[in-house]
Order: sequence, then C-alpha cells, then structure tokens
Amino acid sequence: MGNEYHLKTPLSAEDIEPLRSGDRVTISGIIYTARDAAHRKIMELIEAGKELPIPIEGQVIYYVGPSPAPPGRVIGAAGPTTSYRMDPFAPKLLELGLKGMIGKGKRSKEVIEAMVRHKGVYMAAIGGAGALMARAIKAARVVAYEELGPEAIRELRVEGLPAIVVNDTLGNDLYVEGQEKYRML
Amino acid sequence: MREISTQTIVDAVKDASIRANLELGDDVVQALESALGYEESNVGKDILKKLLENAEIAREERIPMCQDTGVAVLFVELGQEVSVKGGGLRQALEEGIRQGYEEGFLRKSVCHPFTRKNTGDNTPIIVHLDLVSGDKLKIWVVPKGGGSENMSRLFMLPPSAGWDGIKEKIVQTVAEAGPNPCPPTIIGVGIGGNFEKSAILAKKSLLRVLGTPNPDPELAEMEQELLEEINKTGVGPQGLGGRMTSLAVHILMMPCHIASLPLAVNIQCHASRHLEIVL
Repeated sequence: MGNEYHLKTPLSAEDIEPLRSGDRVTISGIIYTARDAAHRKIMELIEAGKELPIPIEGQVIYYVGPSPAPPGRVIGAAGPTTSYRMDPFAPKLLELGLKGMIGKGKRSKEVIEAMVRHKGVYMAAIGGAGALMARAIKAARVVAYEELGPEAIRELRVEGLPAIVVNDTLGNDLYVEGQEKYRML
Repeated sequence: MREISTQTIVDAVKDASIRANLELGDDVVQALESALGYEESNVGKDILKKLLENAEIAREERIPMCQDTGVAVLFVELGQEVSVKGGGLRQALEEGIRQGYEEGFLRKSVCHPFTRKNTGDNTPIIVHLDLVSGDKLKIWVVPKGGGSENMSRLFMLPPSAGWDGIKEKIVQTVAEAGPNPCPPTIIGVGIGGNFEKSAILAKKSLLRVLGTPNPDPELAEMEQELLEEINKTGVGPQGLGGRMTSLAVHILMMPCHIASLPLAVNIQCHASRHLEIVL
C-alpha cells in the first residue's frame, strides 16, 4: 500500500503533486457534490459566460447522489456514483482549476491527460459503502438545482472522508496497475 | 379461492423495500467474510472489511447500505387459487414501493429517459409475474442499482459458439466492467429462451441464496468453472486489483430456438438486495 495523506480543502497544486496512485487520503473541509445532470447545467453556464453556483478553483467535487436524510441526521447514505458519466465535463473543470474528483470507476484518456496538464487528481471512494461514507459528512446543504432532488449540488463539510488515489498528476492509473498485478489470464 | 387484501400486499411490500435496503442478507455477509480469506491484496482486504463494517452501520443506524436504493424490481408468483381483494395487484405492489421509499428515506432514482425529470416516488416499478398453482402469493423485492445494471450485457450468439463462446463473453463482460459495478460482484447468467427471456433468467438467477449450489449439477459445475476464470482477471475488490472480483456465478438455463443461443449477463454489485415475502 502507498503513503497516507491528509488533505484540507481548498487544495493547491502543491497539495496534490506529491500524491501517487495507490496512496490513501482522508479529506477534510468543504467539498461539493455533482452528478451528470448538475455537470450539464454548470457547463451551460460556462459556455454562456455566466456566474457559477459553486467555486471551481482549488475545489473537490464528489460524484454522489445521497439518499434523503432521516430525522436527526445531516445526510442519508452517500457513497460514490460511477465517474465515467462525468468524463465529457471534467477536462473543462480541471482547466478552470478543479483539483480533486471523488467517484468510482475508470476515467477516459482525455480526463487523465487533463489531470496531468492542469494538476488534478482522481480519487476512488468505496462504491456501495454509503452508510460508512456518511459518517465523515458533518454538514450538508443544497446550494443549487434543488429541483434535481438527489442530483442537486450540495455543499458538504467533511471530516476525514476516506479515499484512494487512482489517477495522479503523472498519468498513473491504479485501475490498470492494480489489476495487472493480479491478472492470471 | 383464498382471499388476500391489497392492504396486506401494500404493507408487506413497503416493509420489505425498507428492510432490503437497510439489512444486507446473511448470505452476502457470509460470502464477504469468506472472500476475506481468499483475498491476497491488502487494499482488497481493507475494502472487504469496510464493506462488512458498512453493512453493520446500515443495519444499526437504520440508513441504506448504499445511496443507490435502485429501481424496484419485483418477481411475483401468484397462485391461481388466490383472489386479490380491494383493488389491482400491480397498483398494490406499486403503492407498497411508493410508501416504502418515502417512509424509509430511500432515494428515488427513476426518471424520464430524455428530460431526466425524476418521477418523484420511485415508480413505475418493474414486475415479472408468473401464474403458478396453489394458494400463495410470493413476492421477491429486488432493488437494483444503476452502476451494476449499466455494465450488464446481452448477446445473441451463434449456436456454434457453444460453452467456450459463452464463457468467453461472460469473462469479457466482467473484465470490461472492471471497477464500475462495485466488485466483488455476483454474476447472474441467463442462457437460452429468447432475447427478453435470457435477460429475465439472468436477473432471476440472482434470487438464489448465495452459497447454495445450483440444483442442476451440470450448471453447478459450469458456475464453478466460470467463477474461477473470472477471479483470474485480477479486477479485485472495487477494481483496484485482487483475487475477489466476484463472489459467485448463478446460471439459469432453458431451451431456445434451433437458430439461436441467447446469453444475458446481469451483474449484481456486492450490495445484493433481495427479500422474499410469502403471503
């Protein structure tokens, strides 16, 4: 297993350049949720040159559509959704200074190249561990597109959110390297 | 005729939809525990432990194990001596799901295909109804997540492809899916029938309790052979590399057209939710 890092948002290029695929990280601070529907809306605003509902520079986006919060809780289950659906939008956001993405599953060549070019990382959270991940979320509020329900953009305050670095700023890919190591076919 | 009221059906489906999403079945817990013994990767072992911890948190704190509480799939066996009183069977099933997803704080994940507007109550549901003999109503509530469903595939193979061709397609489907369907997965396989029947067989095969052998010894052997092959791909827990790509392979098979060899591969994530109700 790789090294362990604690990241405090917002992030700078210096914060993420030491990270390597296979490292374990815990994240604290403010992060934002967005799935494909919210990404599409943000992209429309960017193309129209309009103001965005959330800051992008130095930020981390978590690909998640949480289940509703039962009484007395800040959020329901909140594990990652599959990231490839956000691939068409990620390079533009990295260009605008997005530093981190949290999700699950492989990214496209274009996204991996954009991470190298603009210094960003992609981290995997454990898919299907929604109850466990929710424990690290201390506050949540909808900041845009409430009508999208689970797909609305939420601002989350997290403490020690666990993830594993998959793609780093050198173009490494843990999904490729990890599987190579155990392939027997 | 034995009478069952729609209210009884609504209440039972509501309760089952909540419990299925909050309480991971003992069979899956046992399979994850036994996978820990086989896993060679340290990252993989850590993930399997976290999945077991996640199941415990969900059960104790009464929140869903996964935020994707799925599209509600219901397999229904209606005994022909049963008379449903007080309304329609489908409406009762749908109302049970509607109430369960609202009262259980489950995520509503159903939307219009193009506008993507959420229907707001997790309906319509998907029902596979069989009319059987007897006076019982059996319902399996099977919430199915999008991540693993998206990685499922259907092949209309030439009959000459045979067992080797089938094996190749299944292993290829699992390898290409990689991390996306949240491994360790359970692979549901439907062989034969026709285009739609193979897919329903593949999904139905997932209802079998994990760890119980296929009643057909020939299929049981094929399942074992496939599982060994799949676990050589190196995909591993969460696709980060390792031995335990899948926990099990389940096959259902039926005869097909002389020109065809339909094959459906329905991937199920580790959050395998299926609850059986007998009324």
